[in-house]
Amino acid sequence: MLAKRIIPCLDVKDAMTVKGVNFVNFRDAGDAVELGARYSREGADELVYLDITASHEGRKTFTELVTKVAARLNIPFTVGGGINELSDVDRLLGAGADKVSVNSAALRNPRLIEEIATHYGTQVCVVAVDARYENNRWMCYLNGGRLPAGRELLPWVTEAEDRGAGEILFTSMTHDGVKQGYANEALAALASRLHISVIASGGAGTKEHFRDAFLYGKADAALAASVFHFGEIHIGQLKTYLADQDIPVRQEGQEV
Amino acid sequence: MNVAIVKYNAGNICSVVYALKRMGIEPVVTADAELLQKADKVIFPGVGEAHTTMRHLKQQGLDRVICRLRQPVLGICLGMQLMCRFSDEGQVDCLHIFDVDVKRFAPCRQEDKVPHIGWNTLEEVKLGLFDSRQTGQSVYFVHSYYVPVNTCTAATTDYIHPFSAALQRDNFYAVQFHPEKSGTVGEAILKNFLNL
Repeated sequence: MLAKRIIPCLDVKDAMTVKGVNFVNFRDAGDAVELGARYSREGADELVYLDITASHEGRKTFTELVTKVAARLNIPFTVGGGINELSDVDRLLGAGADKVSVNSAALRNPRLIEEIATHYGTQVCVVAVDARYENNRWMCYLNGGRLPAGRELLPWVTEAEDRGAGEILFTSMTHDGVKQGYANEALAALASRLHISVIASGGAGTKEHFRDAFLYGKADAALAASVFHFGEIHIGQLKTYLADQDIPVRQEGQEV
Repeated sequence: MNVAIVKYNAGNICSVVYALKRMGIEPVVTADAELLQKADKVIFPGVGEAHTTMRHLKQQGLDRVICRLRQPVLGICLGMQLMCRFSDEGQVDCLHIFDVDVKRFAPCRQEDKVPHIGWNTLEEVKLGLFDSRQTGQSVYFVHSYYVPVNTCTAATTDYIHPFSAALQRDNFYAVQFHPEKSGTVGEAILKNFLNL
């Protein structure tokens, strides 16, 4: 049976891990490669590394980090942040990433999705969307949530799927950092509209929140950062809990 | 041990290299027929699109080289699909090592998402590439096309319907999942292959 995936997200700045609270303040949470290796041992199904300084600083360090992660880890990982054109995708896949996540660049230039899908296959192309619930609508944002994109969530992700996205990573800015649970209604709406996997992001605070994202949000995977980075939830224990709740998860090969 | 990885225009060959290095093996990545023929084991990885990849293999003459290999050969993901007779992806004739055609997943219900991405369980594993430990264990899949269950099937996985998670005929082995990305379970399967 296909397992629901648990995906720690590592926001990387200068090869260090940081996590923003509502995208503004950052706290240090350790070395990015070591933290990824630890999550892998604990039972993480995949990892996401986001280069949060990509648009402002050089990308060489991040590419070097991707190489180190690929050499060290035996689970898949996605990289994102600052991917604007096909040459960025080529560089990151060449360094050993399994998938790339495109966000603002895809909203600005939706054809980028087709280009990635055509060159590397749809399975490589994760389209990440940051959206906020405002005036009874889910609206997309650019540049890590700083700039309104002027597009509604559902039409955009539908278009992204049509253009060749392999997965949708949906971050609710309304729920992110608040730790009151994922945006389950919006997630369920995406799941019923799309024919590709949906990764839930933003709002995890307790184990129950993960269960609800799978049970009510119909998500295929759930992503979280700070609850893992600060030891509030242990991935192995989370999976034991989810299994007890009849959510299919991968449990073997883990460090207890 | 001398392990060769078939070098061609497929993505993510480096993941297989890294996985072998973690196991203490320094593979050679090559498109050279002689080096491939001389290796103790050959791995034929692949992430990409069937039609373009087959055309490239033919241009390089690698299609004939691979089919004539005598030592244990392991196809991974697209590598496995290219070892079949024909692929729906790009409607292309493949290597015909396994006498079966590659089909596209057709979703039956709304929750059947394509591509099939994530960790899924191995069933009906045949000893050789696998050992008894792997029954019911999870490995990592990423694919939109699948090989139906057939006489060469060496393990099955259920997604939408049962399909071939692995194939075997003579010295040719193939897996639909990515052992190089399947944690300790994947490492055990790679070890089994290297010990064949």
